[in-house]
Amino acid sequence: MSVVTTTGPAAPALKSHVSVLETIRQSWLMAGRALQKMRRNPEQFFDVLIQPLLFTPMFGYIFGGAIAGGTSKYLPLLVPGLLAQTALTTCMGTGVTLREDMEKGVFDRFRSLPMSRVAPLAGPALADVVRYVVATVMTLAVGIAMGYRPDPFGLVLATLLIVFTAWSLAWVFTALATVMKSAQGLQGVSMMIMFPLTFLSNAFVPASSLPGWLEAFVNVNPVSHVVTALRDLMNEGQVTGQVGWAVLACLAVVAIFMPLAVKGYRRQV
Amino acid sequence: MTLAVHATGLVKQFKDLRAVDGIDLQVHQGEVYGVLGPNGAGKTTMLRMLATLLRIDEGEAQVFGVDVRREPHQVRQLIGVTGQYASVDEKLTARENLRLFARIYGQSSKQADRTADDLLERFGLTDAATRTLEKFSGGMRRRLDLASSLIAQPPLIFLDEPTTGLDPRTRGQMWDTIRDLVAQGSTILLTTQYLDEADQLADRIAVIDRGRKVAEGTSGELKASVGSSTLSVQLSDPVDMDAAARSVAQALGRTANRTPESARLTVPLNRPDEAAEALIALRRNDISVAAVQVEQPTLDEVFLALTGEHVSDRAEGEADDDHDTRAADERLDPMEVTR
Repeated sequence: MSVVTTTGPAAPALKSHVSVLETIRQSWLMAGRALQKMRRNPEQFFDVLIQPLLFTPMFGYIFGGAIAGGTSKYLPLLVPGLLAQTALTTCMGTGVTLREDMEKGVFDRFRSLPMSRVAPLAGPALADVVRYVVATVMTLAVGIAMGYRPDPFGLVLATLLIVFTAWSLAWVFTALATVMKSAQGLQGVSMMIMFPLTFLSNAFVPASSLPGWLEAFVNVNPVSHVVTALRDLMNEGQVTGQVGWAVLACLAVVAIFMPLAVKGYRRQV
Repeated sequence: MTLAVHATGLVKQFKDLRAVDGIDLQVHQGEVYGVLGPNGAGKTTMLRMLATLLRIDEGEAQVFGVDVRREPHQVRQLIGVTGQYASVDEKLTARENLRLFARIYGQSSKQADRTADDLLERFGLTDAATRTLEKFSGGMRRRLDLASSLIAQPPLIFLDEPTTGLDPRTRGQMWDTIRDLVAQGSTILLTTQYLDEADQLADRIAVIDRGRKVAEGTSGELKASVGSSTLSVQLSDPVDMDAAARSVAQALGRTANRTPESARLTVPLNRPDEAAEALIALRRNDISVAAVQVEQPTLDEVFLALTGEHVSDRAEGEADDDHDTRAADERLDPMEVTR
């Protein structure tokens, strides 16, 4: 039995805020916790492994003929779109998992500890990069198996871009997770955000095939920019201005939703 | 000396429920302060406000002179919180939990290992260190939770109903652990529904009811206000009832209450010694006894004495504090922040 000596509080030693360095360190710790849980429950990888296996052939063979006049002609259009869709579904999961986690008692402990208010949110998002990478690699692998031949250099950059996009968009769902009261509710709202974002974009069909008013929305949708950037990278092997726009759009999402997420988490009832 | 906790006029309003309704609290350094009350009295809500987990709607609170509202981050460096529902991670092992919390406090990987091992040993959890908490018993979870609160050796520890739901043996172990902490000089603020727990552990006790403090004092003072314990005797033969009542009345100088249906006789005691006197009187008159009990005043009797109302007569709707908190949570506009 060790002896713990309780020292009186030394007022000057108390810190008023968490430093940036501590915040980063604590975010890593929280990411480590999330990874530990992933290792213990590999079922969490089910969706990112199966969804690409299912969706890529399904979309490719069903819509290929109708939209592009053949599966192999459709793949350069489809695979970048599917990458975006998979990323969105996966980062929606980040929010739902966080919401479930926040209902557990351990979040009471995190709240009562003198620790960063961002770390418990940033940690899971960071750990989920593993899931985003798996989802992306799976989608690309299935696409290539079906006959897609992307530019190798563009492929690497595209992977980086889509993982960054997923991480950025995850902050939207993280912010929602801090204000929604149930995982089911969050799932419902997330679906309503995800579907318009993916389907009202150029992910699966050329924007020019749409009525004018819809085309206007599709053109401002950040997902469209990301998809176009991915196509430019993988199909043309070129880093175009679209890549810049996509990165900017993602940064804007983080700049808006990260503070909102922290505000939601900080808010005491 | 600065007070460990100094609160004045604390108020917490959940929509139409005033969960905490103007409570003043002064906890001295080094003492164990018990907050006693039934479910829904506002104990947990009050504790969560002091622990920076709930917003203080009205009133002032300081922990070692630091304002809880203005400097929550500083207050968090002074407290350890052990909740009613273990605030540890179910999916991690006991050691991983302790290590994680220690690392968050800024300890290096090596230091965290040492802290975790020390605490595991101290709380008798070494054998279970590598098991995930899903396989832990309620008592083990509470012990780990308490251990987690001690990592930074905080000068003030909040214990929210530390033994609710534990079996008597585990409860006794928990009491011993808490006594150890006291011996080492920690200041403890604990809430409980059990009079005997407050009696066993607390130097001073506040009784709270419906968000208000209805009494405060040492357990002795409190009990004196409640009255005495009661001797209850079950006779072997109901025929002896009259003779038994007479002997007890002679011995103690006061009338015993009869319950002829169960051949039972009850008499209030001024001192525990009086139980022996009553029993000796029965023995002298050759009255055989089937069962004897000395009943301590219960929380219900404390409340009866202090508020003139039985706890059990309360409306069913008054759930425990935590449910109140969650219910209020759910009523908040979910889109508030995105607006």
